[in-house]
Amino acid sequence: MTLEQGIFILASLLMLGSALAMVTARSMFVAALWMIGTFAGVAVLFILLNAGFLGIVQILIYIGAIAVLILFAIMLTPDVMGLKPGPRYTGQWPLAAVMASTLAAVIVLLLVRAGNDWHIADAAPNVTDFAVQLGEAFMTTYLLPFEVASGVLLVALIGALVIVRDE
Amino acid sequence: MSSIPLNWYLIVAALLFCIGLFGALSRRSAIGILMGIELMLNAVNINLVAFWRYVEVDGLAGQMFAIVVITVAAAEAAVALALVRALYRSRDTVTVEEIDLLKW
Repeated sequence: MTLEQGIFILASLLMLGSALAMVTARSMFVAALWMIGTFAGVAVLFILLNAGFLGIVQILIYIGAIAVLILFAIMLTPDVMGLKPGPRYTGQWPLAAVMASTLAAVIVLLLVRAGNDWHIADAAPNVTDFAVQLGEAFMTTYLLPFEVASGVLLVALIGALVIVRDE
Repeated sequence: MSSIPLNWYLIVAALLFCIGLFGALSRRSAIGILMGIELMLNAVNINLVAFWRYVEVDGLAGQMFAIVVITVAAAEAAVALALVRALYRSRDTVTVEEIDLLKW
């Protein structure tokens, strides 16, 4: 087993373990903290996949922005902080568990049966400065998706402000 | 050539997706559902980047797609949390079973 594989297994265990702890945590605040562990594991996987820029973006956006936003929302909502006792799950949770585990079993079975029969490109990426390449591509080839994404962000920002505004 | 088979990434991403699916389907709190959806989006991103790395490493489409997914996830989180906040103010609850105005 190589070092890379060891890091992969450690990161995956951290990620899946935090994800399981997240969906089973009694308090939403604790669940949000576990979610940060999951995001960190995903960032490690991105870096293992030679996508260092995405790994940093993952940490900045998911941990730095989305997780903190969710923590703020939880702290502003006493109902979710666990001050009002109540069950964690809706009545349909056994059905949800059956569905999710069936889907997981089917996908994993298919992947194991497919083996390594993918058309895999052998070469490692011959460039390391993906950030530069991505930046250039965003201004040339992918200009339209870039503009649409900025539009989506702007609309979401204004929409969120309008929704929470005091009448 | 990386020493990690592509399958490992796909299996881990599938498991993460299903854990997120369970969270999104079973949580009582609206914020818990939102967190489950974030997990599912993350799993999709792992798949996109893994396929980019192993199959289409000369292009940039895989990373580009992942960045767009992250953007949409951020927008979604902002709007969803604003909705939760507005709901809590008007109905004093964020439990999805008690928010049933549209059922009638």
